Parts: sequence; structure tokens; C-alpha cells
Amino acid sequence: MLRVDDVSVHYGSIPAVSDVDIEVADGEVVALLGPSGCGKSTLLRAVAGLEPTSSGAITWDGADLAGVPVHRRGFGLVFQDGQLFPHRDVAANIAFGLRMRGDRSPDRVADLLDMVGLNGYGARRVTELSGGEQQRVALARALAPRPRLLLLDEPLSALDRVLREQLAIDLARVLRAEGSTAVVVTHDHDEAFTLADRVAVMRSGRIVQTGRPDEVWREPADDETARFLGCELIVPGTVSAGVLTCEFGATALPWAPDGSARVGLRPSALRVGEGPTEGAVTARVHRRDHVRLVVETPTRTVDAVAGIADAPDVGDPVRLVLDPDGIAVLSRRG
Amino acid sequence: MAHGRSRLSPRPVGRRVRTRRPRGTGALVAALVPLGFLAVFFLWPVAAIVRRGLAEGGVTRVLGAADTWSLVLFTLAQAAASTLVAVVAALPVAFLLARCALPGMALVRAVVLVPFVLPTVVVGLAFRSLLPDGGVLAIVLANAFFNVAVVARTVSGLWAHLDRRAEDAARSLGASPLRAFVSVTLPALRPAIGSSASVVFLFCATSFGVVLLLGGARYRTLETEIYLRTVNLLDLSGAAALSMIQVTAVVAVLVLAAIARRRRETAMTLRPRTQVVRRPRGREWVVAASAYAVVAALLVPIVSLLVRSVSTGDGWGLDGYRALSGTGFRGSLQISGLDAAVNSLRAAFDATLLALGLGVTAAVVLVSLSRGRARPALVDTIDTALMVPLGVSAVTVGFGYLITLDALPGDLRTSPALIPLAQALVVTPLVIRMLLPVLRSIDNRLRQAAASLGASPWRVWREVDIPLAGRSLLAAAAFGFVVALGEFGATSFLARADTATLPVVIGRLISRPGELNNQMAYAACTLLMAVTVAAVLLVERLRVQSVGEF
Repeated sequence: MLRVDDVSVHYGSIPAVSDVDIEVADGEVVALLGPSGCGKSTLLRAVAGLEPTSSGAITWDGADLAGVPVHRRGFGLVFQDGQLFPHRDVAANIAFGLRMRGDRSPDRVADLLDMVGLNGYGARRVTELSGGEQQRVALARALAPRPRLLLLDEPLSALDRVLREQLAIDLARVLRAEGSTAVVVTHDHDEAFTLADRVAVMRSGRIVQTGRPDEVWREPADDETARFLGCELIVPGTVSAGVLTCEFGATALPWAPDGSARVGLRPSALRVGEGPTEGAVTARVHRRDHVRLVVETPTRTVDAVAGIADAPDVGDPVRLVLDPDGIAVLSRRG
Repeated sequence: MAHGRSRLSPRPVGRRVRTRRPRGTGALVAALVPLGFLAVFFLWPVAAIVRRGLAEGGVTRVLGAADTWSLVLFTLAQAAASTLVAVVAALPVAFLLARCALPGMALVRAVVLVPFVLPTVVVGLAFRSLLPDGGVLAIVLANAFFNVAVVARTVSGLWAHLDRRAEDAARSLGASPLRAFVSVTLPALRPAIGSSASVVFLFCATSFGVVLLLGGARYRTLETEIYLRTVNLLDLSGAAALSMIQVTAVVAVLVLAAIARRRRETAMTLRPRTQVVRRPRGREWVVAASAYAVVAALLVPIVSLLVRSVSTGDGWGLDGYRALSGTGFRGSLQISGLDAAVNSLRAAFDATLLALGLGVTAAVVLVSLSRGRARPALVDTIDTALMVPLGVSAVTVGFGYLITLDALPGDLRTSPALIPLAQALVVTPLVIRMLLPVLRSIDNRLRQAAASLGASPWRVWREVDIPLAGRSLLAAAAFGFVVALGEFGATSFLARADTATLPVVIGRLISRPGELNNQMAYAACTLLMAVTVAAVLLVERLRVQSVGEF
């Protein structure tokens, strides 16, 4: 079990990570999620032993790692852009960690090639691989020596969207199959939610919220976290007996606790339908599976969505209805 | 010590600079080895010369003499003219190497590189065989011939990685091809042209062998004058004063070059080479053709030298080569040509080993310091300090050895070890310049990946850095060996009759009368040239991406 206890990392006098506490249980995958520059990569590098901590302790199964150099920690590392050894072929890249331990069995390399879907790629030069293939090899290389903990630093960010979504699913499958304990750093909540059992949201060097992906998604801790998770509008409301009421109407939210609440609305929280809110469309954009609208209501300008088939045109009057799937209720009141 | 090789290798842009207590005390201690060598075998001798120049009133006397200033003027003027010729000749070649997908590029690269590694005496003699009367034109052409590679390789190195789309954008906005070149490409290349031109200027201003062979007693530069005053006139304080003038000028040029270099390293959009190479179109053929013409012109002195080496008074023959086993016409030499060749190989071998040891240590230290987040200013200072011998006159150093090294135990002045030491001083900066860009280009995260897989710090060097820099190390060894073999300035000061190397012997042969001596000199030059070409072919074969940076 990894335990990060009150850890801070400074660059000179600038704090990059401040007083962070987090635990990762054996077999658990935790995502560190946050905007760029929030300190999530620095925290990952501190765990790997690549950044010295200025205070606090990082322990593995109770043993302090402070004096343990990178190469003795037994933590695998996957970078955003692979960082494969250019002078070695695919198989030799994967075998590198095994060789460092004096293990020369070819079976493990073949198994890993199979697991990441690159059967028969062993003799290829790594420079001939596509970006997605390079990341698969990087993952196989990190997994080969069966690391105690796998650290992934934005593992999919350098890839284009379709590939990223596909690889995220593959990555989640491989992590489960290997029973890996892992920490994934990402700025992409889809990626975090696909991969992780638990998500830790970071901002300005601190962890502001941890929880299961659906918890964090539905109940972000505060305004900024809600905004980071796509809630472009935050309005006051009340929940009573599983029904939320706010200025855009009422809808059932069986999971929300009773009482007054701050409500985060993603664009998908308001869709065109027979609701109480009236307005006029001022802009529309096609997205993959829906149409995004900007709607001018008597009180404010809001984002909303419509189906592709029945999307209104610019200038059309519309009515908007609340959709519970797009709604978050902030867990910290105020 | 006009030797070094140039080819820009872009450093990764955007390395994060952090202020943090520097780690890597070990690296700093290791830095003491090359810096200590530099202090004992470079700084001390040069400082001793400066002191002597000041102490005996030589400076005021020399500075007051009108003769001195015409000497300075001629030195600068010939250097400026040579630089201009080299730049003008090199730019089409740079275009050819960087932008054209044409057959024979490997040959072009090799032909351009050969002159630069040729021993100065060989270049001097080659031009003497073309222009027997010597003179200013011969000096300028020979200096330019020598340095076309510096400009061509530095500029093409940058040009090959420059994004062609900037030109395309200019063209789409209505610029003609020429206008696009002048307003977009040329400004982007200017830092590379500027820094290579300043290096060439430095080399030409301190050029020794070429000027001595082609200028005779009439056309003298600071460098040859220092030699003549020391050896022929025994005017040590005057020579010291002239050395001081030269050192001052060299340091000034180095500082300017460092500024140009720093500017170049910022803000460049660099692309992989494959994206910018294509067959020439339209008027680009004119440029490509003139590049081929330059390459052909570079071959002329080389061919002329070959022809002269097999010419005898009455036709063709190998008299010169046969004479190498003897001591020249009426015993002009005290050792045979073959003995001199053996001396050369021995000294160059020792010098290369020493320079590799020092250069690798220095490069590793500099890279470790950067990676260990030492202050960039500290790294730059050590880097620049290690480069100074590249620019300071070899004659000054050789002269400095004579007046200082008797203070060391074992009286090095009379030891044959002195020659490899001086040559190593010339070769070490070259090794550093060839290794450093490669080591710097290795992404630190690649090393961290190896460490996370269980490789200890030493193992990381063995598994990552050494394999990736290995070819460059081999190339540096080959070039270093050739440069040591051809070193003339310092060696001619330090070599005694029985320890003379081939270049020194060539210099002596052509200063003595007798047709046989001439033939023998040309034959010896051909041998040196053969070794040089072999080294260049080896280096080209290794396909080293970057052949040094300035």
C-alpha cells in the first residue's frame, strides 16, 4: 500500500505540492485529476523518487521511501510520450526491466506483447511505431518486471481523440488483468473516470476532493472543482425528498441530500423540451451526437443541448427542460 | 588553434530551469580534472606570456611601433576577406545539403568535410602547388578552402530542420522565391551564419601554417610574427606583447560568438529533416549547380597536390615517396620521413587518448550539472572556459610551454610527452563539442524510464547514454586523431629534431632547397591526406547526426 503523508514539494521557494495526503490500496487505481500546473505530475514524480520532497513522508507498506533511489523502488513509470529506448527494438525495450533484475525469460515479453495487442511486433524498431503503438510498448515495458506500483503520467494525452478513447479502455483492461496498483495523472476527466477506482482532484498543489468517479462527478466539492468538471453555470437550489428545485424548474435527483444546495449545470443539464424556461436561440453548433445551443432567457444566457434531428435554428423560440444527468450538487455548502 | 568542427544540433527547447540547491557535488569535483589540465597546460603558459610581455616593457614598445598596427590590420583584413569568401562559397553548399534530394549527397558531405580536417601544412602546400608565388590571394583562398565546411555544416544543420512552411506562407502572401528567401529564410539562418562566420574569422585570424607557407617573409600575421620573433629574432617580450593583442581579440570574438549562440537557441521552429528535403525546382537548380561548382573547386587543390606528389623533373614517378625512407636532399632532416611518420602516429595516438579522457569527462560533467539543475550560468562558464583553447593561438601556447613547464617536476620541456599534451589541448574542445550536443539531446525522461525499470545511475549511463552517444564518440576519436596528426602550430614549437612529426618535417623540407625535398614534402602531404580522407569516410559512414556545435 502506498501512503503519501503530508507531503510538500518546493521548486526553490515556490510550492508545487502542499501538504498532500493520499493512500493507494493494493490493486487500486487512483487518478490524480486536475488542470495543468496543479502539481499532479510533480506529486507523481515525488512518488517515483524523481523529485525530492521538502516535507512529509512517502511510505510503501509502512517503509519510508525517503532514502530509496528511483531504481530500487520497484515502481513502473509511463510517460506521456513513451520515452522508448530508440536504440533497442520493441522486445528489447519490454525486456529492459527484466534484464535489470537478471531475468531473461522470453515468455513474459511475449505475454505482454499479447496483452497490449502487439503480437509479432517484437523485432520492430520503436521508431517505426505509431504514437498509440509506442504507448502500448511503454505500458508493456513498465509492466514487465511486475512493479509494485505503476505510475502513469498523462499516458494518453499525446494521442488523438479516437485513439485515446480506444486506448483508455484497453489500458483499463490491462490494469485489471495485471491486478496493478496504479496512480494515473491526467487532466482529462473522461480518462480519469475510465481508468480509476478512485479520483483525487488537485488544484494549486493541494488535493481538494477524493472519491469514486461517480461521486466526484455528481457531487464536486466546490465551485472551482464543479467548473473544472464542466459545470459552466452554478445556481442556488433546494433538494427536498429527492427532488431538486431551481430557477430552471424541478427534476428528480434521488441521490442528492435534502436541504438548500448549490447546483452545477453542465450544458447537457438543459435540453430543448416542454420545460418552464423560455428563451431564444442565439447560436448553434453541431457536436458529434447532439447540437449545442446558446439560449437567451429573460434572466440570463445559458448553454443547452438539443437532438440533431429536431434542433431549432438561430432565432427560434425554445423551451428548456432540466435533465438530471447533467446536474451536479456541490457537496460543500456555500 | 584553428580546429573544431561545426554542425548545429538543436538543443531541446523549453528545458525547465529551476532554482534549487544544486545537487551533483561529485560532478563539480570531476570538473576539476579537465579544468585542472586547462589551468596547467593552457592558462599558466598563456599567463606567463602575458606577464613577460608586461614585465619587460615589450608592450609599450610594440604598441608604439607603426609596424605592429599594419600587422594587426593585415591579420584582420585577410581574416575578414577569407571569412567572406568562405561564407559566400558555403551558402549554396548548405542549401544543397539541407534542402535538396539529389544523388551523391554523401559524397558532397565528405568532400566538403575533408579540407577542414586536412593539416594546415597540407592545405598550404596544396595552394603553393597551384599558386607558386603565394601572396594575399593564395592566403585568402587557402583560409577559405579550409573553413567552407564550418559554415556549410553549421548553416545546413539549422536549415535542414527549419520549417519550410514559413516560406510557403510567405509565398502564398505574394513573395517571390527570392523575396521569401531574403525575408523569411535568411533571417532564420542569420544566427547560424553569424556564429559560424565568427568562428571562421577566429580560425583565419589565428591561422598559422597556411600563412607561414604562402606568405613567406612578406605577408605576416600576428600568428606568424609571434613565431618568427621567437624563433628567428629571439625577441621574447615583443612576441609576448603580440600574443597579448591576439588573446584579447580572441576572447572578444568568443564572447560575441557565445552571445550569437545563445540567441540562436531560443525560439526556433524545428522540423525533422525528412519534411524539408525535395528535388530542386526552377531557379533552385542554379543554386544547386553553384554548390556543385564549389565542391569541384574544393577538389582542385587536393588533386593538384596529388599530381605534384607523383611529378618528377622529367615526367612521372614515385621519387618523393621513395625519398620518405631517407632524410631528404643532402640530409636536410635529422630523421627519415618514415621516422617522422612513426613519431606522428605515436603522438597523435597519445593525444587522442588523453583528449578523449578529458573531453568525455568534461562533457559528462557538463551534462550532469545541467541535469542536476546546477545554475545555467555555472554550466555556461565551464563550457566557455573549456572552449578557449580552440581560439587562442597554438603558437602562443607552444611558446608558453617553453617558458613555464621547466617548473614542473621531470622537466617536461625536454620530454617527448610535451607534444601529445599540446595536441590534446587542441583536440579536447573538439571532443567536447562533438559529444555534448548528443548527450544533451538525450531526454532526461528516457533516463528516468531506465531508472524506474531498475537501472542504477551507472547502469543508466551504460544502457542509455553510451549506446546513444557511442557513434559520436567514435567519430570524435577519428577526427581528434586526424587533427592531432596534422597539428602544426604548437608542435613546430615543441618538436625537437628527433621528435619531429610529419607536418613539422614537411615545413622543414619546403624551407630547404632541392627538388627532392619538394617531392618528398608533397608525398608526405599525400600520406597525411590519405589518413584524413579515411577518417572522414569513417565518420560519414557512422552517420553521426551532429558533428559538433559552436
